[in-house]
Amino acid sequence: MAQTLMIGSRIRERRVMNGLKQSELARRAGISASYLNLIEHNRRRIGGSTLIRLAEILGVPPALLSEGAEATLIAALREAAARAEAYGHGGAEADRAEEFAARFPGWAALLAELGRQCVGLGDTVKALTDRLAHDPHLAASLHEVISTVTAIRSTASILADTQALEPEWQNRFHRNLDEDSRRLATGAEALVRYLEAAPDARNDIKSPQDELHAFLEDYGFHFSELEGIGGAGRIEALIAGSKRLETDAARSLTRDLLSRYVLDARRLPLEEMTEAISRHGLEPDAITDATGADTAMVFRRLAMLPESVAGPVGLVVCDGSGTLMLRKPALGFVMPRAAGACALWPLYQLLAQPGTPLRVRLRQGDARVLALTVSDIVVPARFDRPAVARPHMLLLPDPGREAAGPAREVGMTCRLCPLNDCDARREPSILGGSF
Amino acid sequence: MGKTVVLIEDERNIIEAIGFILSRDGWDVKTHSNGRDAVEAVRARRPDLVILDVMLPDRNGFDILKDIRADAELGDIPVLMLTARGQDKDREMAERAGASLYMTKPFSNAEVLAAVRNLVAS
Repeated sequence: MAQTLMIGSRIRERRVMNGLKQSELARRAGISASYLNLIEHNRRRIGGSTLIRLAEILGVPPALLSEGAEATLIAALREAAARAEAYGHGGAEADRAEEFAARFPGWAALLAELGRQCVGLGDTVKALTDRLAHDPHLAASLHEVISTVTAIRSTASILADTQALEPEWQNRFHRNLDEDSRRLATGAEALVRYLEAAPDARNDIKSPQDELHAFLEDYGFHFSELEGIGGAGRIEALIAGSKRLETDAARSLTRDLLSRYVLDARRLPLEEMTEAISRHGLEPDAITDATGADTAMVFRRLAMLPESVAGPVGLVVCDGSGTLMLRKPALGFVMPRAAGACALWPLYQLLAQPGTPLRVRLRQGDARVLALTVSDIVVPARFDRPAVARPHMLLLPDPGREAAGPAREVGMTCRLCPLNDCDARREPSILGGSF
Repeated sequence: MGKTVVLIEDERNIIEAIGFILSRDGWDVKTHSNGRDAVEAVRARRPDLVILDVMLPDRNGFDILKDIRADAELGDIPVLMLTARGQDKDREMAERAGASLYMTKPFSNAEVLAAVRNLVAS
């Protein structure tokens, strides 16, 4: 019966695709319209000469109507329905999988593929979770930090609670506290470094952004091949020659970024930038005035010049959702891998006020930088759609208190931020919250 | 001299802190800082209570506890396990190995002191 069900549905689907009315097809096939209606609604079996005539009129081989959708497709659909049922999302008509596959082969194939991907992703998540739980380096680092915290808590409590503590014990516990606080700082720093560097260093669990970032780091964010005439023609060779770019998505991201690089380099050639820096220093406004280029472009060029020309310069670019699209750490200022950076970064102020450039001194742990922000309007706003903007934050060496006011204390990301009493905190820190 | 506690822990400053608060409370505290011969250290001291860290050099605390429980002369000694691992499965492992109580770091001095008193009293 299932086979017949599919035949009826397929005849109807093909008829509609051919723009034929039911009565017209019935007339040409030599059967009554009501009989064809029963066939199409899978209420009559069909075969033999009627099937062949209908196939001829519909312009398809009879086998296309009579053969069922691939067994694997049906099985995949039923499997997906069973899995959904097991997770409490019942309601899929598993007994009508063949009918569904016959009537909507494209959707059915898509659903089956998504079901397969879902299983694959589930396996991956399980493997990653398992690895995280058993990662020996992570376990050892966390154990070190928690043990040190325990010692500090216990020792501090003795010093605070014990009346008339003998000087000898007092000195010993003060020494222990000093020693443990140093260990804690080192351990926490190592942990942050490990968590931040893990994806690149371990050569797995990479997003396309991670691949792009590894590629940029390999080149020190500067591409001498793309400077000067003919740079655009060398982009593909650069991409093809990199082992870092393993996925099409990463190669596509890289292609976009390098194309932008070529346009920037053409507008602000290396020689002109070198001259502007020697004349004006790392002053984007002055360089903008001197060259006529827009500020966001000047930011990108400053960040992607050789360090021998511009010194250490960092850059972060995000999109309208706050997702980091380009990150070049510098001057000890650390950045998370994607979204979820510190909400106090002036970069994010531009999301609300894209037309207001900012100049803010930042303090992040031991790092001191001057952050300059500007929004690059990629697509201007219209009445029927908002503008597409890319906020840029340039990181320059800190000029000192006198030059730009007091420094704003910021973090990297909440999970790895030790700052207490932060109004912008969205989740507890593994470094600060539980200590 | 009060009752004896053997503290098996490899963090020197935790040993000093816990040793101090227990000594002030009247306990005779013996310390041991590696897993290799921890069972022998317990056998030599025959304490009223053992405080045992899970992650020790040479040998983990779960295995040491199993050996203590399997020993006819040591099997009844209350054992307080200390660990930085707070997952449910670690707690279950500790229970299976025979821990009298399982305490997750970082703990407070008052918690340790109360646990020691309760375990020995019961």
